[in-house]
Amino acid sequence: MTLDHLKSSLKPGFYAGIVALFISVIGMIETFSNRDIIHGVFSISHTFLVIIALITGYFSATRAQRAGIRQHGIDRRAEVVNAIAGSLIAGFVMGLFLAVLVVVANLINLRPVFVNVTPKLIDLLTFGRPSLAGSIVPLSMFTIVSGLGGALSLFRSDIRRLIVTSLLWFAFAGLISEVIRLSLSRLGVNVARKFVTTRGLTPLGAAVMLALIFAIVYASQRLRDRQRRQPDQSSPARKRAVRFRSWGLIFVLLLVLPWVVGRVPSDVLVLVGIYVLMGFGLNIVVGKAGLLDLGYVAFFAVGAYSTAILTSADQLPNIQLSFWAALPFVIGITGLAGLLIGAPVLRMRGDYLAIVTLGFGEIARFLALSDWFSPVLGGAQGVVKIPNVVIAGIELADPEELYYLIMFFCLITLFISWRLEGSRVGRAWVAMREDEQVAESMGINTIYYKMLAFAMGAMIASLGGAVFAVKLNTVFPFSFSVNVSITVLSLIIIGGIGSIPGVLVGAFALVGLPELLREFDEYRLLLYGVAIIYMMIVRPEGLLPSVRRGRELHEDEMAQDAWGKPAEVIPVPANPELSG
Amino acid sequence: MATITRRIFLKRFSWTGLLLWALRIGVLVIVLWGSISTLASGRYSASTWLALLIAGLAQGSIYALIALGYSLVYGILLMINFAHGEVFMAGIFTSVFLAEALEESGFLARHPFLTIGALLLLSMAVSTTVALLLERIAYRPLRNAPRLVPLITAIGASFFLQYAFRGFFGSGFKVYPEFGRMMGQWNIFGANIQVVQVAVFLAALVMMAGLYWFVERTKTGKSMRAVSEDKEIAALMGIDVNRVIVITFAIGGMLAGAAGVLRGVYQPQGISFFMGFVPGLKAFTAAVLGGIGNIPGAMLGGLFLGVFEGIGPNLILQGLGIPAANQLKDVIAIVMLVIVLIFRPQGLLGERLAEEKA
Repeated sequence: MTLDHLKSSLKPGFYAGIVALFISVIGMIETFSNRDIIHGVFSISHTFLVIIALITGYFSATRAQRAGIRQHGIDRRAEVVNAIAGSLIAGFVMGLFLAVLVVVANLINLRPVFVNVTPKLIDLLTFGRPSLAGSIVPLSMFTIVSGLGGALSLFRSDIRRLIVTSLLWFAFAGLISEVIRLSLSRLGVNVARKFVTTRGLTPLGAAVMLALIFAIVYASQRLRDRQRRQPDQSSPARKRAVRFRSWGLIFVLLLVLPWVVGRVPSDVLVLVGIYVLMGFGLNIVVGKAGLLDLGYVAFFAVGAYSTAILTSADQLPNIQLSFWAALPFVIGITGLAGLLIGAPVLRMRGDYLAIVTLGFGEIARFLALSDWFSPVLGGAQGVVKIPNVVIAGIELADPEELYYLIMFFCLITLFISWRLEGSRVGRAWVAMREDEQVAESMGINTIYYKMLAFAMGAMIASLGGAVFAVKLNTVFPFSFSVNVSITVLSLIIIGGIGSIPGVLVGAFALVGLPELLREFDEYRLLLYGVAIIYMMIVRPEGLLPSVRRGRELHEDEMAQDAWGKPAEVIPVPANPELSG
Repeated sequence: MATITRRIFLKRFSWTGLLLWALRIGVLVIVLWGSISTLASGRYSASTWLALLIAGLAQGSIYALIALGYSLVYGILLMINFAHGEVFMAGIFTSVFLAEALEESGFLARHPFLTIGALLLLSMAVSTTVALLLERIAYRPLRNAPRLVPLITAIGASFFLQYAFRGFFGSGFKVYPEFGRMMGQWNIFGANIQVVQVAVFLAALVMMAGLYWFVERTKTGKSMRAVSEDKEIAALMGIDVNRVIVITFAIGGMLAGAAGVLRGVYQPQGISFFMGFVPGLKAFTAAVLGGIGNIPGAMLGGLFLGVFEGIGPNLILQGLGIPAANQLKDVIAIVMLVIVLIFRPQGLLGERLAEEKA
């Protein structure tokens, strides 16, 4: 028996090694080591490395198995040997990268160039033996963990799924242990301390959590299996009732959420809400009308600044409206700004439009910062002393209360986008996105509908801006960088363009999680970048695709997007605005 | 004559058309009014304008080198390599460490030209590597996707690179060392011209001439032109299209790396992970201005943008009574991009029409 097929394991190990080396050198490992999944036992950075090693082991094992079958035919015992050997080799290769890092860092001081290769990082990688000999530690450790990953591939698929999903949920619970701690401490500080500390779950808490998650995952899998065996044959009316009830349940959960989690998470929830709102708005522009707007932050800024100026006593002392009186003006001004920016830009081709809107986003910030406008916009100091919102005599000062304001706006926007979906306007947008020339020849005034999408997107962003202004009670130009546009864009791409649950999930994952885990902040845009590239290449429809979008994308199984057909397939000069 | 009247009077009336005309006239009025009132006030002497012009040319030649990367890639793949600004940043940000080390060891003071050579080599190597990795990982799998998809990927890649370099080298600002011999000034017609400005301009010119020669006279250049005309036919003629694309990205990366060193020598301050974003946007403007996909166009566009950016705020905005006009330098560049795209999307020299090839 030759061992040729084990070569196939080198590649996954090589890639995993590069990834592990990369996240070590850029400092992610060290940053996350301050937070534990299990207090004092297992940090988040270890979790990252272990997950990488497990995945590597799993993939290399299946690769080695397949290569073995190709060369030597089916043989159950050889398969087991191949899987284990393959994953061990891959893990060894991966560990080698980190071992080399440890050796190099021992011999030369890398810190003047690579600022994040600190003694602490080496300490972490070697589990406290930062000497030359310590380089054995990552080598052996990742070989073993990867071997475990390989062993995982030998389990029956349903058992494997159970283990993997439970462990992933457990890791997630560890990530958000801060929220768990804050919610539990409302029951009593002593109760909370038993299960969670500020650094992570306690061993007891971890055991309880793991058991709980295991039970839930097991139950839900059993349920799903049963459903698969006996397909649901209830009447459509009953199905609708079930769906209605589950949405109702989610709604009630959302209503009580701020009082469950407490003040700090509520503050995060308000921010998430603002991004959900902007996600809905950008979904109209990008998802429905197919216009890639990279300067969405400009409208957010116009909304925030106009709210600030109209309500604050400091700027334009003659005008001092209440939030509700100012709101129609804010929406109107931003809508106008949308038309103003849109009018010259919308005739451009899609990719030019993207870059030009990006430029407009930057212009908004430059103008807000400039001396020219500082008498009105306050320059670098921004506008301060924005009064809180008052509803029926109640001042919304706390994040728990502000949450309902943003939720109200979200629901309105949600209702609007839902009703737009099948309306004449919505169908016109879809037609335009699919093929502009055909749409135009069917009598759709494309410029009008593009302007409409742009202005609507702008107005929705202005609501987000208004809430942002009253949330912070101040506005600074620095809050309106290009990062906001990119965040909104990433969240709708990752959630699934045009999909409403996608926006919710995207906003929670991309905005909420990094706010709760401040360590993420530094690597936020790095991870968004990776996520965008990955989604575009592997899953352009997003995690939770909208039904129509998913169907459009998989018409033929080419990974393509619905902004047009690839130029090679349709050589007609279709759609000068969007497609090839 | 008849055709002109017909074009003006018989064209269907549309509000957007009217708006565009209003915009056209508005821009013209603002530019004329601003410049005339500045010139009439006599705030600046002719030698000041000359100094601004030379500074603008030096700045513009750096833009031109970056713009060539956009233009070359666009010419061949019809995609905007949005991450090209980060390719530029990668080179200069890496080379600053070598520059610091060489300065400390005293090598720089002894052999300034060798130092610049070494910096160029390193910067170009890093930028080229980044450009090639981008092509391989982010763009190649999407070669046949609709054009907005690689653009979105490029945006993702751009932010990934920025924050990866921030992770590698930290978020602080770095400073390029000073090159003694380049710090002098010449006095020409009463204007103070810095030696470094002339040197940067000349170096960029040499590189651009080299590129022009490469594309027009060598066999590889010929195959690049062929691929940009028609990928399929070029492949049928026995050209390895993948190789040509890789070479194009490599050349773009090399030029961006060289631009990085020139930028470091010319403006030593403010080298950080975020430094590629605005120059990238401006170089894209320059490429569009000259006619994207057109090599001499990118050179001309870069120089023009540099000069316009140097002179524009002082000439136009100050005349309009806007305080601290130089703060709005970047705004001018972006507004210019919008105006060019509205009124002449094919650019100054664009034989390749933006819509036609689309």
